[in-house]
Amino acid sequence: MTRTADEIGRTARGPRPLPALGTQRPQPVLQSVDTVLGSGLRVIVVRQPSVPMVELRLRIPFGGTDPRHSARAEVLSETLLAGTSRRDRLELDTDLALVGGELRAGVDPERLSVSGSALASGLPTLLDVLGDALTGATYADDEVSVERTRLVERIAVARSQPSVIAREALQRRRYGDHPFTREMPVAEEVAVVTPEEVRELHRASVLSRGSVLVLVGDVDPDDTVAKLATALADWQSDASVAELQPLPEVTGGDLQVVHRPGAVQSQLRLSARAMARTHPDYPAMQLANLAFGGYFSSRLVENIREDKGYTYHARSAAEFTNSGASLLVEADTATDVTAAALWEIRYELGRLGLVPPDESEMDTLRRYAIGSLLIATASQGGLASQLTALAGYGLDPQWLTDHPARLAAVTEEDVARVALEYFAPTAFTGVIVGDADALGSLRGLGGVSLP
Amino acid sequence: MTSSELHRFTLPNGLRVVLAPDPISPVVGVSVHYDVGFRSEPQGRTGFAHLFEHLMFQGSESLEKLAHFRHIQASGGTFNGSTHPDYTDYYAVLPSAGLERILFLEADRMRAPKLTEENLRNQIDVVKEEIRLNVLNRPYGGFPWILLPPVLFDSFANAHNGYGDFVDLEQASIADCAEFFDTYYAPANAVLTIAGAVEPDEARELIDRHFGDVPPRPRPDRPSFAEPPPAAERRDQHTDPHAPLPALALGYRVPDPATELDAYLAHLMLSGVLADGDGSRLQQRLVHRDGLVSSVSAGCGLFGPLEARDPDVFTVTAVHSTEVTADRVLGAVDEEVDRLAGEEPDETELRKVSARWAASLHKEHDRVTSRTLGLGAFELLFGDPGLIYELPGRIAAVTPAAVSAAAKSLRPDSRAVLTVVPAGGKS
Repeated sequence: MTRTADEIGRTARGPRPLPALGTQRPQPVLQSVDTVLGSGLRVIVVRQPSVPMVELRLRIPFGGTDPRHSARAEVLSETLLAGTSRRDRLELDTDLALVGGELRAGVDPERLSVSGSALASGLPTLLDVLGDALTGATYADDEVSVERTRLVERIAVARSQPSVIAREALQRRRYGDHPFTREMPVAEEVAVVTPEEVRELHRASVLSRGSVLVLVGDVDPDDTVAKLATALADWQSDASVAELQPLPEVTGGDLQVVHRPGAVQSQLRLSARAMARTHPDYPAMQLANLAFGGYFSSRLVENIREDKGYTYHARSAAEFTNSGASLLVEADTATDVTAAALWEIRYELGRLGLVPPDESEMDTLRRYAIGSLLIATASQGGLASQLTALAGYGLDPQWLTDHPARLAAVTEEDVARVALEYFAPTAFTGVIVGDADALGSLRGLGGVSLP
Repeated sequence: MTSSELHRFTLPNGLRVVLAPDPISPVVGVSVHYDVGFRSEPQGRTGFAHLFEHLMFQGSESLEKLAHFRHIQASGGTFNGSTHPDYTDYYAVLPSAGLERILFLEADRMRAPKLTEENLRNQIDVVKEEIRLNVLNRPYGGFPWILLPPVLFDSFANAHNGYGDFVDLEQASIADCAEFFDTYYAPANAVLTIAGAVEPDEARELIDRHFGDVPPRPRPDRPSFAEPPPAAERRDQHTDPHAPLPALALGYRVPDPATELDAYLAHLMLSGVLADGDGSRLQQRLVHRDGLVSSVSAGCGLFGPLEARDPDVFTVTAVHSTEVTADRVLGAVDEEVDRLAGEEPDETELRKVSARWAASLHKEHDRVTSRTLGLGAFELLFGDPGLIYELPGRIAAVTPAAVSAAAKSLRPDSRAVLTVVPAGGKS
């Protein structure tokens, strides 16, 4: 049997109508506690018993203005879980593993994070190990030495990634040398970090006051808060870490081309100012961003991927910081279509303000925003991460519960107003990483600085 | 282990169905697995199975181009698809109200996809961009999933690049697409899985309504991809224009999970004892004691365990500094594997790995996407979706002697060694 493509695409009955949506099951109401311990640590515990696990997220404010802060902070985060006065690295891993547990530390310019999970029955062990590291991490000389060397190598690998090259260039382009831009230290700074400097940073900055701990899982919230208060009883501080100075607002300007010889693809990264989640126009901004490039059915993806085939990966998103938010538009395109892709990106930015979403598009945007939030928070890990991100900006679980109603209330006019102001092509600055020798056609578009 | 009550049945047209209802969840996951992956694509058409996966999103009799994405997202859902060695999956997760819609969308493209020249050309461009992004323009692109198979395997099916050569991709025609669809995308060659917010009786009615009249076509014969293990150590090297540091991948053959599951799981346990967690053998030795590598990992399968049929691969990969030779890393790995082959690991080492596996299987079950895909893949590969819920017990039952035996089977004279030579920054 061999049919042609044409024959395959037709049936005797012909096209069929799309079924209507069915009834929606209600979202289960979850029991939770949101409280601040005597140590100043804010604790959010949610009972979500879908599987016998518990997810843990801890965020500690960790900004620093010392030029060597980011190198010390990276070494600290790599060795926080490498041994304490009670457990060496192997014992720590063994205790966690036996309860199906894991803990990882990571650091960015604003915060130190410890994330992990364990079988719910192993919660006491998980908390004991966490408390042990927070109060008794030793930063042994040999452990610091090993992690320093690894870090230098891993930084070299990371900096060979075009996405990382583009990220660092974009941070400099839009924020200058603000401490917030130091997402990854340079290898030379890491190589000279001493164990004593790391211990000193821990004493000064791994502080309970101002930190947030979120636990989501098959646990009883009140009982868990009591367990936590005991396990972390020795983690106390009167001081808290000062927040970084607010970031400067992103202002429009030329896109800077960063030369990467021989690159077969270019990274386009554009950015403009946005607004914090607490801003009254935030829900409208969220929908405007979806319409532009925030989901697959967005104008940007339908244009430069599904119509033109310029890219596999194109998207836009809001990035939040302690002082506000920025819009990020990104696409990776073959060298020979880079200029054409930029032209289309600018066209879609302009069109969003001039031809904003109509009621039919609005309906899709609202449903997607509400539905994807439901999906993202349906698992323990997803809910824990969402709550932690919000708590980091001072928002409580109720904000999440109320958000669908906020999205449902956004009007066409709200989105049109936000689109015209925030998505104007002239509001954007950015970078293009690629083979500058083959990107001369960008010159004709204007608003691009080539080396 | 948390498990769903499973319902399985087969429609008259041969479509196999797995339902995993959850009485509370407000979201539903739906997947369709087709029993064809990149091992089945013909010579001269490398990358075709993946390209065809892209085309299946480009419209069908009742749905214009872009409509599939729009209808899922306008129902509040998310979607994707992926191509594996032995199967291709399509999946979506939606708020429960979208169940009938996604069944309609999947049935429409199983019945009558629109395969057009224009969409084919467009998606060839998109796939080439995907390959530039994930392979050609980055360090360690395709390491080890594209680079290791041609060293370990001989046959085209097992050895070739599943992403495809640009030359082959550009030669793909609409006639190829029609033939591929008619051969492999028969309902009898597919598994439909629904997990989460689904009522079995209602679902059965909806499935009959939408998939019941997809015309039956014969299920294609599935060829054996078996080939003998290497008769000697095979080495190759790959120069990576972007990589700053050398890397190494070792590939060994593993037992067939369909016929020797316990032996396969002993290899899975071995991979955990070797490289899972700070306390594992290779992390301790290569990273912390000798400082030879900046990272090391070990595992079954090039994309994860139990996601391909025989023949499959046990891998050890490491990234190391330029001052350390590949042979030094290899020597240290061999010593650690020999030590396990000669002396059984203690019970605690095994309990660490099995507890972490139990936890990670719970976490996969909790994410409706991975739950749906896991059940569907196990139905397709092993004819037993419930096996997924037996895994924690089966893994916990692996004995120290079985792990030693697995270590013994990793023979240097029957393996592939791929070294990556860094040429980053030299262009």
